[in-house]
Formats: sequence, C-alpha cells, structure tokens
Amino acid sequence: MIKDITIGQYYPCESLLHRLDPRVKIISTFAFMASLFVIDSFVPYIAVFAFLGLVIGISKIPPGYILKGLKPLLPLLLLTLAINIFLTPGRILWDAWIFKISEEGLRQGVFMVIRLMLLIVGTSMLTLATSPIQLTDGIEILLNPFKKIGIPAHELAMMMTIALRFIPTLLDETDKIMKAQMARGADFEGKNLVTRAKNMIPLLVPLFISAFRRADELAMAMEARCYRGGENRTRMKQLMMEKRDYMAYALMGVYIAFIVASRWIW
Amino acid sequence: MDNIISVEGVEFEYAKEEGTLKALDGIDMGINRGEFIAVIGHNGSGKSTLAKHLNAILKPTKGSVTVKNMDTRDDSRLWDIRQAAGMVFQNPDNQIVATVVEEDVAFGPENLGVESSEIRVRVKEALEAVDMYEFRKKGPHLLSGGQKQRVAIAGVIAMKPDCIIFDESTAMLDPSGRIEVMSTIRKLNKQEGITIIHITHFMEEAVDADRVIVMEEGRIVMQGRPREIFVQVDKLKSLGLDVPFMTELAYELSKAGIKIDSDILTVDEMVNSLCL
Amino acid sequence: MSIIVKDLVHIYNPKSPFESKALDGVSLEIEKGEFIGLIGHTGSGKSTLIQHLNGLLKPSSGSIEVNGLEITAPGVNLTNVRKKVGLVFQYPEYQLFEETVQKDIAFGPANLGMSEEEIGERVKEAMEIVGLDYEVLNDRSPFELSGGQRRRVAIAGVIAMKPEVLILDEPTAGLDPRGRDEIFSQIKALHKKYGMTIIVVSHSMEDMAKLVDRIIVMNKGNVEIAGTPREVFKYESRLKEIGLGVPSVLELVNRLRERGFDIRPDIITLQEAKDEIVKYMKEHGKL
Repeated sequence: MIKDITIGQYYPCESLLHRLDPRVKIISTFAFMASLFVIDSFVPYIAVFAFLGLVIGISKIPPGYILKGLKPLLPLLLLTLAINIFLTPGRILWDAWIFKISEEGLRQGVFMVIRLMLLIVGTSMLTLATSPIQLTDGIEILLNPFKKIGIPAHELAMMMTIALRFIPTLLDETDKIMKAQMARGADFEGKNLVTRAKNMIPLLVPLFISAFRRADELAMAMEARCYRGGENRTRMKQLMMEKRDYMAYALMGVYIAFIVASRWIW
Repeated sequence: MDNIISVEGVEFEYAKEEGTLKALDGIDMGINRGEFIAVIGHNGSGKSTLAKHLNAILKPTKGSVTVKNMDTRDDSRLWDIRQAAGMVFQNPDNQIVATVVEEDVAFGPENLGVESSEIRVRVKEALEAVDMYEFRKKGPHLLSGGQKQRVAIAGVIAMKPDCIIFDESTAMLDPSGRIEVMSTIRKLNKQEGITIIHITHFMEEAVDADRVIVMEEGRIVMQGRPREIFVQVDKLKSLGLDVPFMTELAYELSKAGIKIDSDILTVDEMVNSLCL
Repeated sequence: MSIIVKDLVHIYNPKSPFESKALDGVSLEIEKGEFIGLIGHTGSGKSTLIQHLNGLLKPSSGSIEVNGLEITAPGVNLTNVRKKVGLVFQYPEYQLFEETVQKDIAFGPANLGMSEEEIGERVKEAMEIVGLDYEVLNDRSPFELSGGQRRRVAIAGVIAMKPEVLILDEPTAGLDPRGRDEIFSQIKALHKKYGMTIIVVSHSMEDMAKLVDRIIVMNKGNVEIAGTPREVFKYESRLKEIGLGVPSVLELVNRLRERGFDIRPDIITLQEAKDEIVKYMKEHGKL
C-alpha cells in the first residue's frame, strides 16, 4: 500500500522529454504552474489539457501510471471540491438542512479541482521524466547565481539527491519493521486511535535509528569515494543546451502566450 | 619488496563508557602490489577497524599506515590515498549515492575532478568489468544484493585505484550474490592486477587468496598461505572460526590413522588423495 | 498435524502491470513438534510463505490451518494467530525500540494481554533460552549491546510470546561462525525442551543438514522437494539446477563412489563421512 505512492518518483525510459535539459524542464514546470493561475474560465483548459496530453505522449510514460499518482491525493481533491461547492455564495441550486449548493459554488469547485489535478500531474511530469541527479544538477545550476547571497546551491542539490535515493529504501524498511512489530502483536490497523498512535513508537524508533545508521554509513562511503563538497567537482553529464531544448522553450512560449491571451478572448 | 601498503606498529583506541578500548594492538604488515589478501577473524576481532585504516577513514593512535608511500596522517594527501585505495562496504544499500546505476559509478570520478568525456569511458569500462553494463540505466533499488555490490565495486574501479579493500562486502548477501561478488573480486585481481584486501568470516572465500591473515583481539595471530593456515584446525576452532569442510575431514581421517595429505582444501584434492 | 497448507496462491499487485505470482499453489503439512528447514534462493517464495503462516499476508486463494485453527478464515482473531505462530524476521535486531532489554522483550507478551507477573516470568525465561544473563542485561539499553546480543534480544522477544510454532527467517545472517553455532544450538535446545514446532528459513544446505528433521525446498513459488536431509540430498543435480549449493560432503561421496568406493550414498555429516571412509579403508587394507 505504501509503495503505491508514485509521486516524485523517477520513471526511467528513453524519450524526448527525458532527454531535455533539466533546466528547460524546471523552468517550464514553473511557467506551467503559473499559467494555471492565469486561467479564469473553463475554455482555456482545453489548451492546457492538449498541452499536457502532448507532454505525456512525448514522455512515453503510461498515462495510467501517472494517474495512479493522484490516488493518494484523492481526499485532498474531494475536500477542495466540497469546500468550494458548499461555501461559495450565489444562486442556490439545491438546498437541504444547512447544506446549500450554489451554481457558482459548483462551477468554482469543479474549476478548482481541475486546476489542482493539472497542477499535480504537470509537476509530477517533471520528476517522472527527469532523473533525480539531473534534476538536482539543474537546480544547482539555476541556483548558482544566488550563491553570492549565501544560498548553498550544491549542498541543497546533494541533499535532494540523497533524499530521493533513499525514499524507496526507507519505504521498504517501514514495511519490514511494521510487519515485524505486527508479528509481535502490535496493532497498526485497529479502530482504536489511541492504541494506534501508541503503536507508532515501535515503528518510528527503529525507523529513525535505521535512518541515522544509514546516513552514517553513507557519509563514510561518500568520503571513501573522495567526496568533499562541490568544489572542483566535474560532471559526467554536462548540461548543454541543444536544439531540442530551444524548441521546447519556443513551444512553452507559444503555450504561455496563448493562455495569457485567453484572458481577453474568453 | 614492492609494498603498496605498509602498516607499522599500529594501535587504535576509541573511547567507551568505561575508559578506552584498544581495537588494534600492534599491527605490522606489508601488502605487495597485486596480492590477494584475505583477513579473517570473528566479529570484534579488529578486522574492520584495520580495514578502515587502509584508506584513512580511521587514523592510528600509534604507529603508521602508508599507502603508496603516503602517510595516512598527512591530510594533504588524503584524497590521493583514497583514490589509490578504494573501499567497498558491507551494506549494499548504504553506499550507493545516486538513483541511476551509471550516475552512481560516475560519483567517484566526478569528485576527483575527472573530465566528463573521460568519466564516460571509465563508467563504461567499470560497469563492463563487473558485468553490470546492461543495468546502467536501472535504479539501484531494483537490483539484487549481489548486483548492488557489483555496482559499488564499479564505483570504486572507476576511480582507477591500485588496491580495493572489501570490508565484509559479502556478509549480507545470499549464496548466489556471494558467488557473483567473489568471482568479480578474483577477476579484478587476476585480470586487472588490482591488489585485493578481502575482509570476511567465510573461510571458503579465503581459500584461493595468496595470503590469509587471522585476527584476534586486535592482533594478527596467524598469517600465511591458505594451506598453511587451514591445516591448523584446532587453533582456528579455538578462535571460533570455521575450517573448510574438506580440510577438517582430512584432519579427522589422519587422526584415525589414514595416510592423507593434511593440507587439503577442495573435493578434488580429497578424492585424489584418497584414491592414490 | 500442526500446520496444513492447502493450494496457497499469493499474487502481488494483482491486476496491475506489476502483477507477480509469488506462491503458485503451495500445499504442505508439518507435524506437531517437527523441526523444519525451509530452503530456497531469493525470490523462491519462502518469505511470502512464512508471512502467510502468521497472518501478515492474506492469500489470494487457498487455506492454512495451524493446530486446528484456520487462520485464513475470514474474521479470524489475529491475536490468536500471533499467539500460535511466532515469526522472527531477518536481521530482527533492527526492530528493537525500547529503553531496556526487559521492556523490549515484554512488548510481545504485553500485546497478548498478559498479567505483569506472567510477563516478568516469560521475559526471564526467554532470556535464559537465548543465553542472555537476566541479572546483568535486563536494565541495559538494547542499543548498547553487541550485534549478536541484540539479535538474541529480538529472538527472545518472540520466544516470550510462547508460540506453538516458531518461524525464524535466516536467524544467523551476518553472524560470524561462533555466533551462528550459538544461535543454532539455542534453537535446537528450545526445540528439544519445549517440543515447539520450529521452521528455520535458510540458504545453507550444510547448516540445515546438521540441524533439522525435514527440509522443504522451494523454487518459483512452489515446493520442489521435501523430505529428510538424506532424502533431499539425493536430488543433487536438481538442487544444482535450481541454484542451490550442494553440501561438499555430498559431492565428495558421489565422486568417491564413481571411483569405486562402495560407501553409503546417503552421508550428510562429517562424522558419517569419516566413519564410512575409515571403514572402507580398513576393509581394503589401506590403513
């Protein structure tokens, strides 16, 4: 169950989207996020869907796998929908007891849920199609100009890489410890919330200890491989803007221009 | 002698609740270029502590360790020492840094400041040397234990070391993983001429080493060719160590009065010796 | 009969692209008080099987009965299942969490709802079984102990639940030869003294030959061979085919027989090999 979380995970395959320069993908993702907040009516969503559909198509990642990432966020989506439907004032469509559904509320709710879904899918395309190392390389280079004001670009990037590397390992570990404690009679699934909360201790203590042990061993292994921070480090994959990257920027530009223009058209 | 590593009078103490504990107590040894050394001893005998001295992760309290004539206490040579003497650790999960195999193998050379085109060549060669090239795009969490250890080995090879120290690198593997890693180690020693120091408590992994070093309580208590070591069945057993099955059988048979070579290590040798 | 497994099937991630069949119709029976070695290489399904035996995994189909209780039946009380079947995972020392050894071992019995007094008794007894000195260690933090001691604390934590069936997944993984021999001899003593049904999961034919009554070999989600060590070792070529090491004694015996030594074919220990070879040498005047 815990392994169902696909958000933030890299999906390795060979596609044009995977090969794009990570900087292009990062900047485009931010532009895409911004574009969603520019939109104020339903019609431009057609363009967003078309654009996102194109990106997913290029990525060669199975759409089902991408949509699976939405599953754990379903409660959040439903909550958004409910809050907007019930709390937006306007022309009442339906009314029962204290619940009132207005036309504006319904519209607003659906609108927000679509925006949220597009936001999640759009940003997860970045992590799905960019290997964490590339992602961190991209972030590091983009942050480099800010080093002068004290932002530790390399360290941040390395922390992110390691966090991403250890997510599957720690999920496995959680699963194992949980089972081991369940075999000793711990109850993680019962209905009693107090016992469930108490039972988090036998899970969390070993998990933290193991995470610290791993961190310790990893630090030693990194030192043994001559890691000494970002100074004088080279890269196997040097980031080079190629023709396809500029094309991607151009496409992104057209998309943004269209979305911005849509505010005046619809 | 062309000593690649020499250890002289090394003592190592670390602080414990009740005073200090001497983990190493006067170690002297020299390791020749191209040699394959197996260090055995039970848990707590000091073998891992010794291993960590050989690439300056730990520094001796007393005595000295030199790698290619560089003293490990000389901080200015630290990175040269670690480049020359690579290390593969026990837990395959806790030494892989990157989320893609080839990027992990590149990690070492990147730290050394090797040029990117050269890194590519090295990564390819290193992965081929451990037979993991076809897995270069895979995520390490999808590999078996033995495969992960081979990736870790490739990560060290890509740094072009003279010598690799395996700190119980087979302890957490299943039998097939152990066989994979051992045959990789042997290949590196024979074909690439890399000096190997293999720390283990599996005796069968020490059988085809050039030299076996047995440790107990921070000291070297036995040292010699595998045959010379393993025939001392009683002594090994008193140290809580295993003896290869065939050696023990030969020992028992000769005690029962059968004329048989005492330094038998393998089934073949046993059969030949009995059928004379 | 202690354990009856019938047509057990387990499919991970059913109806998804990651679907995989870990158990493919496993059927087996284990007598009360038997000492079983469960052998198979990684991915053979042995870990999946043992997790079914104490209800951690639910089968896709099939059933398991433990001492008369059908643990796969819907709505079965899991506490009762855990009382019957104790499971010690691989590297169990990583599941320790309490401040003291005593408290950690008490965790299991406490979850079974026992009285303070009885828990205290059981902790003492369990520590004795695994060879830990109660007086010296009960108030120590488990994290100060050596790796081998921590492992034993974790095993004691399951023994203290006094299960009718005890399953240990590679209890000696990562230990040195001395630690391995100690753990195995304690398990053996436990089996003798309490007549507990014990299942040890292992990769090592050599270790199991010395230890258990019966070996069950798993391969590709199914039982491949089952029988006493002597019987199982007859399938030398099959064992090699499925990637399991064959004890060197077996190889020696076969090679010697090829060379005309008429010694017993079903030798499994060093002592037997020695006796047989000495006997043969005497008979042929080579002594």
